[in-house]
Amino acid sequence: MTTTKQRMLTGNKAMAEAIAIEMERNPDVFVLGEDVGKYGGIFGSTQGLIDRFGEKRVIDTPISETAFIGAAIGAAAEGMRPIVELMFVDFFGVCMDQIYNHMAKIPYMSGGNVKLPMVLMTAVGGGYSDAAQHSQTLYATFAHLPGMKVVAPSTPYDLKGMMASAIRDDNPVVFMFHKSLQGLGWMDPLDAAVGEVPEGEYTVPLGKAKVVREGKDVTIVGLQMTMHYALEAAAKLQEEGIEAEVIDLRSLAPLDRDTIIESVKKTHRLVVVDEDYLSYGMTAEVSASVAESALYELEAPIRRIAIPDVPIPYNRKLEQYVLPGAQRIYDEVIQLMNE
Amino acid sequence: MTIPVEKAKWMYETMAKIRYFEDEMEKAYGEGKSPVFNIGAGPVPGEMHLATGQEPAAVGICAHLTAEDTVTSPHRPHHHAIAKNVDLNKMTAEIFGKATGLSKGKGGHMHLFDPAVKFSCGGIVGAGIPHAVGAALAAQMKNKDWVAVAFIGEGAANQGSFHESLNMAGLWKLPLIIVVENNEYGISVSKKASTAIESNDKRAAAYSNVAGAYVKDNDPEEMYRVSEEAVRRARSGEGPTIIEIETYRYLGHFQGDPELYREQSEVPSLREKDPILKWKNELIEKFSVPVQEIQEMENRARQAVDDAYRFARESEEPVLSSALEDVFI
Repeated sequence: MTTTKQRMLTGNKAMAEAIAIEMERNPDVFVLGEDVGKYGGIFGSTQGLIDRFGEKRVIDTPISETAFIGAAIGAAAEGMRPIVELMFVDFFGVCMDQIYNHMAKIPYMSGGNVKLPMVLMTAVGGGYSDAAQHSQTLYATFAHLPGMKVVAPSTPYDLKGMMASAIRDDNPVVFMFHKSLQGLGWMDPLDAAVGEVPEGEYTVPLGKAKVVREGKDVTIVGLQMTMHYALEAAAKLQEEGIEAEVIDLRSLAPLDRDTIIESVKKTHRLVVVDEDYLSYGMTAEVSASVAESALYELEAPIRRIAIPDVPIPYNRKLEQYVLPGAQRIYDEVIQLMNE
Repeated sequence: MTIPVEKAKWMYETMAKIRYFEDEMEKAYGEGKSPVFNIGAGPVPGEMHLATGQEPAAVGICAHLTAEDTVTSPHRPHHHAIAKNVDLNKMTAEIFGKATGLSKGKGGHMHLFDPAVKFSCGGIVGAGIPHAVGAALAAQMKNKDWVAVAFIGEGAANQGSFHESLNMAGLWKLPLIIVVENNEYGISVSKKASTAIESNDKRAAAYSNVAGAYVKDNDPEEMYRVSEEAVRRARSGEGPTIIEIETYRYLGHFQGDPELYREQSEVPSLREKDPILKWKNELIEKFSVPVQEIQEMENRARQAVDDAYRFARESEEPVLSSALEDVFI
């Protein structure tokens, strides 16, 4: 029996704690975005910060994403370290020029002479009937475009540690947090949204995947909700005598191909699961990387599970039908093992 | 100026219908979400933005519109949809995610489309304004006297789309009307904390051919009067108008909003000035409408709403494979 007392936090509190620590460490760090002040962020990512740091460093903005994300870029170029929140990733549409033509390209276009040490944090994911304009992850949309680090942590521990790394990074980092993993009182309560988080400062590196469950029979790659579904499926597969290795990707760009390939060399089977659209997405990138570097290690074709190239429907059953889930992963692995 | 009595009565019955609808939706949305609130649970899951208290904005202008005129609406669309005569049964069924809904259950409450009456809405702030510009442009190109009305919240006036749209609409003298419903809050951020102008109708001064008008205190009569002039201007080719109406959000930004950002005493004082009750008194006193007739209007409104909810609840769920349809037509 363990006697060590674990400190458990929800995802949102872990994130807010990382931001608070970095704001203490460095006066150049500040937060801006819609409802990040008194409200504490619609998904709780800035909870308590305004009380501690005041409205000069935790700035509620108008609904003007182009202007406030653009302003974060301008401030970052001056050496500030802004953390700017795009409330839902789906709202990227109104400000993608600033994000992609400017934030992501200025460091490169300036030959590395202009640094943009900023974090664009944004809520992703569906599963609660918020329909087509508020449920996307858009992982691949961002990861496809060079010039931004794109991370998507899956646990409170990583949310805190990777947020610290993102703030300290001299490059623009798109920090995607999953709504369902924030541990908010008004969403489906998930065990995965609460986890051990040490006090004080620590960092978790960006660009590194993590083997979260070891196994010898099949590798399942996922991130955020799909990683948790993969763990759920793996527990059930164990009862069938199948040992699945589960990789939490954690970062989309840079993508940690080595960890995936090393795992496939051990298991010789691969299932990639994504809560994003199927075509041209993360599942394709991971599959192609394995095909390029470890094709002959595979004993069966790769299987991909993702949203089947349709916008996300509102109706709860239709939404569940298109989203990946533990059962779907389990079924695919069972079929794969019989090939 | 006096409002024709038939219009005054239509405005009352429509506001009553909207209020019944929103009150019923508040209850339906709450089903399956207690004792623990879970946004994804119950017969109506997802986000829910209700317009209780904001009825005058919708009826004051829609009283001047026909099915040929276009309305675009944001994430809080029910009052506009009802005032624009969207099929109430299909709209309700859509919000319940049913196969009989406007979008066969794919759209939900923020994404209602009824092309039969040229109504649409969407969940991205400010996005409907350029669509209304396009509708107005189409009317001009087809040489029709149709107008396009974009309803927005006051927060949307700080989006680029608002300014870009006004510039084009002013330049081309398009039959566009932007109705800014100022309910004082963009989620938690007050207008005062977000907006560098006293009221958004004043922004008309920035563009040629654009008129501005302000309606205070959620007043249906003033909204009707100001809208009449805006619609006349639009139909006669004089150009766009921005109308800002001071309105009241009785409920949170969305159902489940803890509303820690506003004084809890604020809402009861707003409800005391309820525009529907006020309009009812006007009907009796100014328009000499018999109380019994008002009762009949209320009954009709109630009945239409009850029928719509029954239709929605009794309708079938869509078949799962329908999720894969309608990506391309």
